[in-house]
Order: sequence, then C-alpha cells, then structure tokens
Amino acid sequence: MLEKAISNDRRYWSWVAVLVTIIGVGAWFYFRQLQVGLGITGMSRDVSWGFYIAQFTFLVGVAASAVMVVLPYYLHDVKVFGKLTILGELLAIASVTMCLLFVVADLGQPQRMLNMIFHPSPKSILFWDMVVLNGYLVINILLSWAAIRAERRGETPPSWVRPVVYLSILWAVSIHTVTAFIYSGLAARPFWMTAVLAPRFLASAFAAGPALLILICLVLRRVSRFEAGDEALSKVSIIVTYAMGINVFFILMELFTVFYSNIPEHMEHFKYLYVGLEGHHRLVPWMWTSAFLAVLALFLLINPKTRTNHRTLTVACLAVFFSIWIDKGLGMVVAGFVPNPMGEITEYWPSLPEALISLGIYGVGALMVTVLYRIALSVRGELGA
Amino acid sequence: MSIDRRFFFKLAGLTALVAEVPGVGVPAENAGKKGAGTTPDTPRWGMAIDLPLCHEHPDCGVCMQACEKAHNVPSIPDPRHEVKWIWKEEFSHAFPAQTGRYLSSELAEKPVMVLCNHCDAPACVGVCPTQATWKREDGVVMMDWHRCIGCRYCIVACPYGSRSFNWVDPSGYLAERNPDFPTRSTGVVEKCNLCEERLAENKTPLCVETCPHGAMHFGDLSDPKSPLRKLLDERFAIRRKPGLGTEPQVYYLV
Repeated sequence: MLEKAISNDRRYWSWVAVLVTIIGVGAWFYFRQLQVGLGITGMSRDVSWGFYIAQFTFLVGVAASAVMVVLPYYLHDVKVFGKLTILGELLAIASVTMCLLFVVADLGQPQRMLNMIFHPSPKSILFWDMVVLNGYLVINILLSWAAIRAERRGETPPSWVRPVVYLSILWAVSIHTVTAFIYSGLAARPFWMTAVLAPRFLASAFAAGPALLILICLVLRRVSRFEAGDEALSKVSIIVTYAMGINVFFILMELFTVFYSNIPEHMEHFKYLYVGLEGHHRLVPWMWTSAFLAVLALFLLINPKTRTNHRTLTVACLAVFFSIWIDKGLGMVVAGFVPNPMGEITEYWPSLPEALISLGIYGVGALMVTVLYRIALSVRGELGA
Repeated sequence: MSIDRRFFFKLAGLTALVAEVPGVGVPAENAGKKGAGTTPDTPRWGMAIDLPLCHEHPDCGVCMQACEKAHNVPSIPDPRHEVKWIWKEEFSHAFPAQTGRYLSSELAEKPVMVLCNHCDAPACVGVCPTQATWKREDGVVMMDWHRCIGCRYCIVACPYGSRSFNWVDPSGYLAERNPDFPTRSTGVVEKCNLCEERLAENKTPLCVETCPHGAMHFGDLSDPKSPLRKLLDERFAIRRKPGLGTEPQVYYLV
C-alpha cells in the first residue's frame, strides 16, 4: 500500500519538499531546546505552560472531531458520509500524532517520558490522557487500515470493524473530556475550574474539526478527482453550524457565571483576555478577532444561502477554524496563568524557536495527512486532477 | 509461625478500629483524618512564622541565604527563570484574600516569608504522572529530581507558586556549590524540602535555625504538648488560601 505514496507527480513532491523543510527547521530548533532547556521558549515561572500545550489541546479536538462523520454514518446510516469517514479517521491519526509530539516537546526531560509507564499514576489526569490518546491512535490506525485494505481488494470491511467503530465513537468523546479534566480539576486555577470546560471543548472541537474537513474536501476537489459530494458537504456544514452555535453559547454561559457572581479572581482572567489587566493586554486584539470571526462564521453558517455557496462556506469554515484556534490554541491556556495565584501578572508570548518547533510539528501533521490521503485516494482511483 | 491469614486480618481490622477511636492510638485531632500519621510515634512536621517579629527586620534575609547556600539554589537574574525555595512575597500577594481598600496598606506591602506549605492534601502530588513527588508520613512533601519528567503539572496545580522549574541549566548560577547536597539538572521541578536531610539528623530546618530573631518556629503538630502547638493555641494564626482544601501546614502568626 505504501507504494501509493510514491509516484511521479511534481506538484505533490514540491509540497512534500516544503513540508520536509519546515519539519527540518523545527527539528533543528528542537535539538537546540534539548541543549539549552525550555528557557529557550517564552514560558516562565508564572506561565508554565504555553504554546505547546495549547496546540496539544486544540489538536485533541481536531482528532476527536472524526466522530462527527463516523457517528452519522454508522449509527444513523447517513450514506453520503461513507467517503468522508476514512478522511476523518486519517485526520485523527495525524492530529493525535501531533498531540503526542507537542506533549513531548513540552517535557523538560523527554528521555525520561517512559517513567509515565514505569510508575503509572492513576490519580494523575495526564496518565489517563496518555492512555486515551494512544488508545485512540491505535483504534484509528486499525479502522483506517481495514477500510483501505477492504477497498483495495474490493471486499466489504471485516466484521470486527463495526464494534471497533462503536468503541471509537465513545473513545473520541473521552479524549477531549479527559483533556479538559487536565485543567478543570485544579483548585489553584479558577479560570479553568468550570464544569462547562469539557462540554465547551467538545463543542468547539465538533465545530473546528469538521470545518477543517470541509476545507480539505474543497481543496481535494481542486487537486484530485475526489469528490465528497454537495450533499455530504451540506450535512457537515450543518454540523459545524450547530456545534459553533453551542460553542458560543457555552462561552456566554461562562461569562454570565463569572461576571454576575462578581468574584474577582474568576473575573480577572477574562478581563485580561478581553480588556487587559493593569496595563497588560497582549491577547486582547486576538480575543476580539476570535469573537469577530465567531460572529461572522455564525452569520454565514446560519443563513442557508451563504452556507450552501461554497465560496462563502469556505470563508465561514476558515472563520470557525481560526476563531477556535485563537480561543483554544492561544487564550485558553495562557489566561489560566494570568494573573498567577498570587495576583501577579507575567505576560507570555511564544519565542521564535518555540513557534518554529510548533510549526515543525504542524508540518509533520500536514505531511502525514498528505501521504495518508494520497494512499487512500489512489486506492480508490481518485487521484489526479 | 502460627499467625494465619485470618488472624492477621482480624488483627489488622482491630488496629484500624483503634486508630479510628479518638484519643486512642494517635492524637485525637489527627484520628481518622486523611493524611495523618499512621503510626503513633510519627510526627507531623509543621511551621509557624511570626509575622510582626519578622516585619521588625525588613532588610533581613538570613534564612533565605542560608537555605539557598545549603541547597544549591541558583541565583538566576531573569525573573522568568528564577528558582525559589523560600522567598519574600508582598503580604497582598501571599494573602490575596486579606486585602481591601480600607485595610492597612502598610501591611499589604510588607514582605512575608513564603515557602512550600507541605500541605496535608497537596494538590501537586496527585497530578504528578510519574509519582516523582509524594507526601511522607511525617508530612514532608518530597520531590525526586531523577524521576521528574519536567511536565510541570505540579507547578500548575500548586496554588502557592511554591514550585520552580529549571528553565535553564542551574549550574552556571551557583556562586559556590555545597558538595553535601545534590545540584539539579535542566528540565526538572524543585522546591523546599523542609530540610529533610537535616530532619534525618534530628535537626530543625535551616531557615528556622538561622533566623536571628527567633521568628520561625518548627515542630510536631500531631503532639498537643509540642511548643509549636502551644504557640498556635496562644496566638491567632492564618494560613495561605485555606479555602482550597489543601490544608497548608505553614502557619503565620499575626
């Protein structure tokens, strides 16, 4: 099957070359980080988690979102999603891999990471996150491998696929719930200590992930013979609409509870994000951009005319994706640390090495998606424009 | 041996029962309490810091210097990368809930010596994914610098900012190295160890011993007759963020 990944196609190989360069730059800076220490990043005593853990959190959502095409197909017999499930599963594999790479990039002593297995600690949510993420990776590798193999041989998928699919649906929910629990169970950090965090994570994931899937399908339409079909895209866009609506609703819930209760140490984090605190407002323009994009996205998605027009749908999906990326991949983690538990403010911004290492990891994900999709599509004979 | 399994379990059950009865086996106030010493002789170490006395000497930093020298704590100039075991924190930062518009602003700005609270229910211990940090029976919250993978979850969970990460190689920031105490490598978390190396030799923590004004008190909280308990009986004391349920065991006499 792997031979499908290598074929004579100039555009494909130049894209791969770009990605490999990005990965190489990231790898070089990662080796610098190994030598110097995490002091090379923008993180600090007060902001002890930053861009890496934020990207990890965001990508767990993208990984979990595969369930939004898998569930309707297997549980509700939505046949038009048949072609999309494999894309969702392969995207999940790439996303989980990026998640794991981001966690490793964030470790001070990565060579000791197997201590998590040698000294398993069921009281630690990180332990459970390791279990569910690796489990999800294995499940999706199994399912996509079985699907591609069956397609190649022209057979129906083996009978064990269905129960494993059911497991994967529950598992997808678990990975993002457990990831939310990393944050929402800490008495020291009032910003995250909210029961709506896990539901909010799931809602934003089920908006951002399928939005990305729509964008990918629209790109594939241009660069390959793969055609998701208008009906499938229309159904996915409705899923994005509801999920984004629920996500915004949850954010408003959060704002009500925090500001009506008037508890200073809960409000300060939100103030830092949206209006700035004691003269510190590095994230304010970003958060308002996120809010604006969310409103724009909802406007374009709720209106059936703009939702079905692929040009405006593209804008809407980009708006959903970046709105949630800013919210989760930038604001959510950092604001938990600003102010710190003593009320002091240290701002955070990723350093250049940190940004390039992160870009390198995204490069790994993009390369995986490229190669895996190429295999899947060439098996179906849908490659080539 | 004539003790069979059944007898052993009966005995174990009885012992547990005794431990539950107040006043028997373990000191009453600790009976049945989570995290209390399980054997009668195990002490529960704690500390009390006399704030007014400490405030009489605003320029004093003897305890900090002694601690840093003994434990090879680096002096890193960049505040983002600092490593701290015991340090001065403004009162309004150490006790953020105890400030207000009409409360003495003089007190709000005064420095408070802060360190690891060696909590009874430490938030940092549960979150560690490698059991590199744990609470000893005598209450000392310990740290294994050789097992720590540097995920910093414990730093995130600690409500007191008591834990530091080695963002850079600390060896370049040591004025002189104490050969009797380990140094740390880049990428691990560290914090106050309540001088467990001195406790093992029946000595009190260095900050307590070196304080030139007798403002720091150390003792066994599980013993109602200990001087520390007597002090806490006589004077009003507060703890940092008591509402979070971490049960900090460093008391501040006010």
